[in-house]
Amino acid sequence: MDIKSMKNYLYWLYCQFELITCSYLMEPWEKLLFYTFNITMLVMVLYAGYIFVPVHLSMAFQFFLHLFGNQHENTVSIVK
Amino acid sequence: INHIVHNGGLYKRPFNEAFEETPMLVAVLTYVGYGVLTLFGYLRDFMRQWKIEKCQNATEREEQKDFVPLYQDFENFYNRNLYTRIRDSWNRPICSVPGAKVDMMERVSHDYNWTFTYTGRVIKDIINMGSYNYLGFAQKTGTCQEAADKVLSQYGAGVCSTRQEMGNLDKHEELEKLVARFLGVESAMAYGMGFATNSMNIPALVGKGCLILSDELNHASLVLGARLSGATIRIFKHNNMQSLEKLLKDAIVHGQPRTRRPWKKILILVEGIYSMEGSIVRLPEVIALKKKYKSYLYLDEAHSIGALGPSGRGVVEYFGLSPEDVDVMMGTFTKSFGAAGGYIGGKKELIDYLRTYSHSAVYATSLSPPVVEQIITSMKCIMGEDGTTVGEARVQQLAENTRYFRRRLKEMGFIIYGNEDSPVVPLMLYMPAKIGAFGREMLKRNIGVVVVGFPATPIIESRARFCLSAAHTKEMLDTALKEINEVGDLLQLKYSRHRLVPLLDRPFDETTYEETED
Repeated sequence: MDIKSMKNYLYWLYCQFELITCSYLMEPWEKLLFYTFNITMLVMVLYAGYIFVPVHLSMAFQFFLHLFGNQHENTVSIVK
Repeated sequence: INHIVHNGGLYKRPFNEAFEETPMLVAVLTYVGYGVLTLFGYLRDFMRQWKIEKCQNATEREEQKDFVPLYQDFENFYNRNLYTRIRDSWNRPICSVPGAKVDMMERVSHDYNWTFTYTGRVIKDIINMGSYNYLGFAQKTGTCQEAADKVLSQYGAGVCSTRQEMGNLDKHEELEKLVARFLGVESAMAYGMGFATNSMNIPALVGKGCLILSDELNHASLVLGARLSGATIRIFKHNNMQSLEKLLKDAIVHGQPRTRRPWKKILILVEGIYSMEGSIVRLPEVIALKKKYKSYLYLDEAHSIGALGPSGRGVVEYFGLSPEDVDVMMGTFTKSFGAAGGYIGGKKELIDYLRTYSHSAVYATSLSPPVVEQIITSMKCIMGEDGTTVGEARVQQLAENTRYFRRRLKEMGFIIYGNEDSPVVPLMLYMPAKIGAFGREMLKRNIGVVVVGFPATPIIESRARFCLSAAHTKEMLDTALKEINEVGDLLQLKYSRHRLVPLLDRPFDETTYEETED
């Protein structure tokens, strides 16, 4: 039962997407073109994210660590 | 609700009008939808130009390709690429009397709305929420039909002449006396076509050297009449009295543009109910302004005659004012009386002048006799002169239906424009795909609605317009409301956040352009 209502909900969500982007009004070949373009862009963005985001995150983490690391050394010297 | 105090006690009853603001997300998504459709429109136009696709719309002939292009403007682009995709919601052929329920011929399209074929089936008993049948006089049985039948066998259907030549029947004289009595004016004149009443009589009343102040959202017939007259036209914001007063002050102080002479006449053009917004004109304030600045008022009661007021006499009675304050009262017989044609009522000198100088009287054929009899019978019914209380009951039923329907729709969470008492109910749709989807889904559920988009409305504010009728019973309204609720959930149309914007009541200046929350 849960699977059925889940499938209904997903179908309803797909209908909303169709209505908002007006692919409800398009002919089948136009829909194919539109969805191909959209899915291609989405896959490219996700792939770029997959490659670059961990590297950027680790670089940013190291940068902040270096910043706070320096400050820690400074405070230590003043206390002394 | 605070207008009663602010405007010096002009209003005897609360004036509840609201135009909820478009939610930001909805506006953005609407533009996204139109953007996608525009891109695909360009693609299709490109394919048609390069003969990849067959061109099914109108184009110039080969020999005319070097002339000034006819079909390159935005209206034609919109027509080819957007309107055609949802065209099956309009021009639907009906095959019975447009009463509370109507029969429709079913049609299908195999090439995406470029051509239609009839399947031969007739869809019966569709609840009609689109006809201007406010008092339910669109009937094929009853006293009106019998009277019209008798007159048809006596006079025939055609008049074959204009009013001034041989087309002035005694029926027309009877009708005009009745209309004058109904409205409470000295004299009235009836014309064959409502649109022509406006467009042909405004040029007879004003000319060059006069000033016309017309509302932003006036009907095409008023705009056409104003332009044909040759007078200077200035537009004031919809139902905004501060804007109108500013224009009147400027007109009186500065006079005509170059010569600074005073204007010969200043005519204010307003409508009783605006059919696309469902708003009612602020008549007490307009009349107060008119008297203060000594100008004339032309009131077009096309939708409000018969539909407003405790006894159906229109917007003047609704506000409790005297009909002598309005200089030219115009209306149509198409909406509440179930007939065709228009009328103008006013002082005797004005109507006698129009009998001679109106283009419609000189050149247009007069009303057909059975139609005249329909108007006479329905008007007598509304006034109660046929001895029954049917007319009064209908007017009250319409008011009840209006209040009930509007309240229920607002409770469900739709954005509804307009005044609480107007029988025209616009329900906002906004997105282009939802226009087509709403029309089709409602027809699947056996309810006929009218959906409106560009160019009748601004491009993002497309709507579905319901016209209530005294012929709708509560059961029909309940069925319709249930289906509208279902379709609203299916298409996600319940945008309202119950954040009603208070109407602008501060003095108007250059910085106040929209009614925004303080």
